[in-house]
Order: sequence, then C-alpha cells, then structure tokens
Amino acid sequence: MSDRFTSTRQLNAATSSAPLAKAADDGLGPMEKEAPPASHAMQPTARSPQPAPYEDTGLLRFLTCGSVDDGKSTLIGRLLFDSKAILADALQAIERSSKKRGLDTIDLSLLTDGLQAEREQGITIDVAYRYFSTGTRKYILADAPGHEQFTRNMVTAASTADLAIILIDARKGVLTQTRRHSALANLLGIRHLVVAVNKMDLVDWSQGRYEDIARDYLAFAAKVGIQEVRFVPISALHGDQIVERRAHLDWYQGPTLLEILESTRLEEELDDAPCRFPVQLVSRPRTAEHPDYRAYLGRVESGSIAVGDEIAVLPSGARSRVAALHLGGKFLAQARQGQSVALQLTDELDISRGDLIAKVMDAPRSVKELSATLAWLAEAPHLPGRSYVLRHGTREVRARIAAVHGRLDMESLDLRPATGLAMNDITGATLNLQSPLPVDAYEQVRATGSFILIDELTNATVAAGLIRGSAPSTGRARP
Amino acid sequence: MSFATPVQTVTHLERLESEAIHILREVAGQCANPALLFSGGKDSVCLLRLAEKAFRPGRFPFPLLHIDTGHNYDEVIAFRDYRSAELGVRLIVRSLEDSIAQGKVVLRHPLQSRNPFQSVTLLDAIQEFGFDACIGGARRDEEKARAKERIFSFRDEFGQWDPKNQRAELWDLYNARTHPGENIRAFPISNWTELDVWQYIQAEDLELPSIYFAHQRKIVRRNGSLVPVTHLTPAKVGETIEELSVRFRTVGDITCTAPVASVARTVAEIILETATTELTERGATRLDDQTSEAAMEQRKKEGYF
Repeated sequence: MSDRFTSTRQLNAATSSAPLAKAADDGLGPMEKEAPPASHAMQPTARSPQPAPYEDTGLLRFLTCGSVDDGKSTLIGRLLFDSKAILADALQAIERSSKKRGLDTIDLSLLTDGLQAEREQGITIDVAYRYFSTGTRKYILADAPGHEQFTRNMVTAASTADLAIILIDARKGVLTQTRRHSALANLLGIRHLVVAVNKMDLVDWSQGRYEDIARDYLAFAAKVGIQEVRFVPISALHGDQIVERRAHLDWYQGPTLLEILESTRLEEELDDAPCRFPVQLVSRPRTAEHPDYRAYLGRVESGSIAVGDEIAVLPSGARSRVAALHLGGKFLAQARQGQSVALQLTDELDISRGDLIAKVMDAPRSVKELSATLAWLAEAPHLPGRSYVLRHGTREVRARIAAVHGRLDMESLDLRPATGLAMNDITGATLNLQSPLPVDAYEQVRATGSFILIDELTNATVAAGLIRGSAPSTGRARP
Repeated sequence: MSFATPVQTVTHLERLESEAIHILREVAGQCANPALLFSGGKDSVCLLRLAEKAFRPGRFPFPLLHIDTGHNYDEVIAFRDYRSAELGVRLIVRSLEDSIAQGKVVLRHPLQSRNPFQSVTLLDAIQEFGFDACIGGARRDEEKARAKERIFSFRDEFGQWDPKNQRAELWDLYNARTHPGENIRAFPISNWTELDVWQYIQAEDLELPSIYFAHQRKIVRRNGSLVPVTHLTPAKVGETIEELSVRFRTVGDITCTAPVASVARTVAEIILETATTELTERGATRLDDQTSEAAMEQRKKEGYF
C-alpha cells in the first residue's frame, strides 16, 4: 500500500455508521454503544423532517473533470479510499499491476482504466462509474476520461450529474481545459460547480495563489454565464481539505470537499419545478380481482404530483384529476421527482406510452419545430436531409435537422460558422418534427428539455439534444 | 394494501429502487420479448421483487430464465423453483449439460468451472425463444469491465459485447432498438453496491437461499480462499479439511464460488459485516475472476451476462 494513503481511514467508521445504527434498532446489543464518528465532515447538514432509523440524505451523482496531470486519479483514489470503497484486495490488484509496469508507487489511474483495450493502448475510452457512501449519503461518481472523444464522454457523464468538480492545478491556474470543462458542465445544466484548486502543497499552501485563481475563474464564469460556483483549496495527495482539515490551510474557513458534497441540495428538493410524468406503460391487468383497473406507469421526472391535482395529458390536451398514486401496493399522497409510481386518474382517457402527464397550471407547450443545442456523438457525420428517430422522454417522433447554426469552438469557446455535424461537435440546430412534442427548455426541466437522435438504419444513438428556451441565450458558451 | 404517510425525503435506497423500476418498465415498453435472468441468487432475488413492484397489481410481462450449469447448490435451485412457483410465473430452465451433450461445450476436465460456458447455453436459449432482451442483476461495482458497461448493453448477432463501440447513454433515455438476432442486456441494478442489495433485502424482508447465512461447512484453505469440500471440489492431497462457520456472499457455479468465514445469521448481521469488510465481493469469493485482470471483459465479449 502506498504511504500516501496510510494517513487516515477516518471515513471508515462513518461508512458503517448507518447500518450500525440500524442494527442497534434490531436489538444487536454490542453495537449500541458505538459512538457516532467524531469527524465534522460526517455531521449531516440536510434537514430530516421525521426521525428515521438512520439519517439518509439521499443520492448524489457527480463527475470529476480534469486530466491525470491535475491529480484527478489521486482525488478519486482519495475519495474512494477514505470512504473505504477501495477494498484491500482491489488495492492489492492495483499494486500488482503497478509493480508489473515497473512503478514504485501505486498508480491509482489503474483503478479507473477498466478495459483490456484501454490498458493495451494506454488510454481511457469510456466513462466509468464508481460508488462510495459516507453512511448518510450515497455517491455515484462518473469519471470521464480527459482526452479521447472528450466531448462525447463528458456530455454523457454530465447528463446525469447533479454536481461537477472542476480540478485546477494550483501551479498552472485556469487553463483552456478548465474553461472547456466548465462550459460543458454549465451547458449540460449542472447546478452545482465546485472548483477544487489542487496541489496546494506545491505552491506552499499560498492563500494569495488560491485567491488569484478564484478571481481568474470568476471573471471567466461571469463571461459564460455560470451563476453559482464554490471554491475549495485541496491537496489530493496529502488529503488536505478533502475529508480532513489540516493546519496547512488554516487560512481557509470554508467547508471541506466532502462537506460540500454532503450538504449539496438534491434535485428532488426543488419543490417548485413543474411536474412532468412521461407515461412508460399502461397497466390493465384485467384479472378477477382487478377487472377494470387502469393505471399509468412512470416516474416523476420533475416537480411533484399529488392526489387531487388537475392534470393535462399531452400532446392531446385531455384533462383529468389524479385519483391515486401507489407503488408496490403502498398508496402515496404525493410523489416527488425521481419516484417511480403507478398513477390512476378519475376519468378514463385514451393514454398510451409516450404521452406526458403534467399539471394543468404549468403544462408545457407542444411544438413541431425545435431549437436545440446538439452534441454529435456518432463517428459518421450528419448527412443533410436524413431523418432520425427523436426520443424525448418515452415518446418517439421522426425528426429532420433543418439547419445547423454556429459550432462551439472547444479551444476558444467562441461560436464559429458550422459547415456540418461531425463527432464531438456542439452546434445550434433547428429540427423539424413529424408530430407535435410537448417540450421544455433544458434550463428549466432537464428531463423534458433533452432528447436523443437515433439512426434507424444502424440503431445507433447519434446525437444528444438540449432544447433551448424561447428567448435565445446570449451567453458565449451557448451556441 | 396499506396507506403510507406522505413521502418527505427520498432515501438513497428509494432512488435506486425507482431507477431500477424505471429501467424495468423501459424494457417492457421498448422490447417485444424480454426475459428476466433469475438464478435464485441475491441480486436476482432483488430484481424479481423490483419487477413485482414495477407492475403490481398486474404481472410482470416476461418469463424467468435460468441457465443451469448443473453445478449449483441444491439449496439455491430449490429456492429458485420455490420462489417462481410462489409467484406463479413461468420459469424457463436451460441446462449446460444439454450444451455439453450436443457437443457445443467441450470441457477439458470434468470438474472444470462451467461458469464461462454459460454463454453458449444462454445464446442458444435467446435464439430458441427469440428473446430481444435479457434483464440481468449485474452491478457496476462488481468488476472493472462492468463499471463501464451501459445499463442497456447492446449485443450483436453473435451475442458479443464491443466495449469500444457502446451506444451513447445519456440522461435516462435508453435505446433498446435491435435488428433481428441482436439482443439487449438490461441491468436495472447497475448502480447498486453489495451493501445496497443487502439493505434492500432488509427493507423488503426478502427471503434468500439458506447458504447466504452463516452455517457450518467443511472447507479447505487454498490460495487465500476458503474452498468448500464438495463432490465437485474435493480436498487435494495434503490439504486439511476444517469445519467452519461460513456464508456465501455470492452464489454461482460450485467450482468457482467460495464462502467467507462468518457468524452472521441475520440480514442485519450481514449488513454489519458488509459495511466493514476488507475484501471485495468477487475478490473474496470468486475463484475464477482472480486468474486474469481481464477475465470478465473477455467473457462478456463472448456473450456472458
């Protein structure tokens, strides 16, 4: 095991704190006296309206942006190791591989290079997902490789993330790459950006250096329309300000990186978002017990919905009220963003897979022409005039790209004239749809503001689309 | 049916459950003829409960499929049959023995692990029934190759997974389109960890085969693993047979699944052990994955789950 990871396993106790507390409830005597972990980082900051067997502050998805040089692998290794997600045998396997390659220290990037093909070529070709838990919150970390097919991978990883950690090397400051990562994270609607200024040990823990970098970054952020960003000085190598506070950075009074992760508000806590419920299936068991039962199966993708709410079915526009919400035999008064339920209405309507249920008061508009930002993912470029299957929520319509506007230059983040659509291009586009689609602006509702394009011949997913609002954005990073 | 109080916070387990149910419903919505792979193991027991909840009070619209290596523990096979009979669902069992009899699988050694050869029988079953999707209980935390696999994972007409050419998977917009002969493997609990699985088993009060709980068993110690002494895995000359309290963390082909020393007799006790273990699930218990860094990736390319 590398020396640099022997300093602390403070999180270990915390990892098991949840099940320990639960086990105590089950009458397992000896564990009851287990004191809660002393770490300040473990104090849950999110509210819990009701006493629970143990505090569970939900699930946070985040991604890390940065190259190996920025210490991304070390940071990931540190988070996984300190939270005990790397277990002894996995570490031994990495150690063996490192030795085989003639390395003196453990190369934590081996942990994230999963595929034989990658090891053979010495590159990372795909997003890898990692998991760790602090006992109160579970984390899904999407690790997007920094080089190959960068845009495609980052867009994929960012599409499901609530938070992005942008790594900056304290010696190098804000680089083109930093700006590129930030612009994409912002474009993909990640609400929480955290700039981690890493390698503080190599700039003598200098407060001045840290503040210079923060100032540079804020100037750039204002230009591209990034609204909220938090900064934290860290040393992934030594573990400063990730889980633990150390004397080196005593001038920094803000939260540690883990405290930021622990206290970030989750999407489902945004109660004022409009309700969106794409219908996945219609359930009609027609059994002796349930001869006339009819329910719509789906997940609340935004906002919340409650029994008695007046709803509209789109695109037809039919109206009804919510009669019941349940899951697995348990009735609910209300369902919130992220919850899969069965929904019953007071009226019998003609509803099928692909329809969208919304509240009458904030139902979306239906359109036959879309203005969108497209990320082209396929190796084959777009052929003008070609039609695609557009999947939006659970609905599929045929679509054609009518016009391609500006292309986002990934070096300068300026808009350049677009000549077509090729892999990793991000462009503005206008799409014509065969039939009306109820849509939102991506900025407002991710689930109904996004779509993919599928090539019907190959069945490949060729593009990802972000629907623009009616008022065109003027930000430079938003083509 | 019982009435619950209004939901206040969505716990991580509820989020994972909702995601898995969403995925199961997408399979049912997009695929014409899916099957759910059910072995009686803990991950597929969770999968089965998720399928029940996803479609209740209706039935889930797919049969269960098990590829039986013929080298499974009796307790697990009995549980598989008991659980599917209890639910009243169709269970299709296809046996590796048949593939061996047909000459499609040739073993170098009669006691060789049959695990990798399940792909042959699975692909035959897919063809026989025309399944366009198989729902499996694989998790991304199990193994490096799985960490990069899509939730809807495309397999070509030879059942092969091409890690370099995976379909882009953004947001929750899954693309399950296939041409005839091609196949989707859908993994609803991709984002679950071993601990999540045990917490779900506890929350849902799920029954499991008895060998998941601590019991006395004759074992020998071999290459750092506890190898159960069975008719398929006899003790070698010079090895000392011990009787230990053990449990299985993962259950598969007898020849490649090892138990761990444990006195955990309840789900709560297993959760405690899982939260404090020093070894990964596969590392501690799979005798086949340790052979090569790329063992799983190779098998997946050949059509494995």
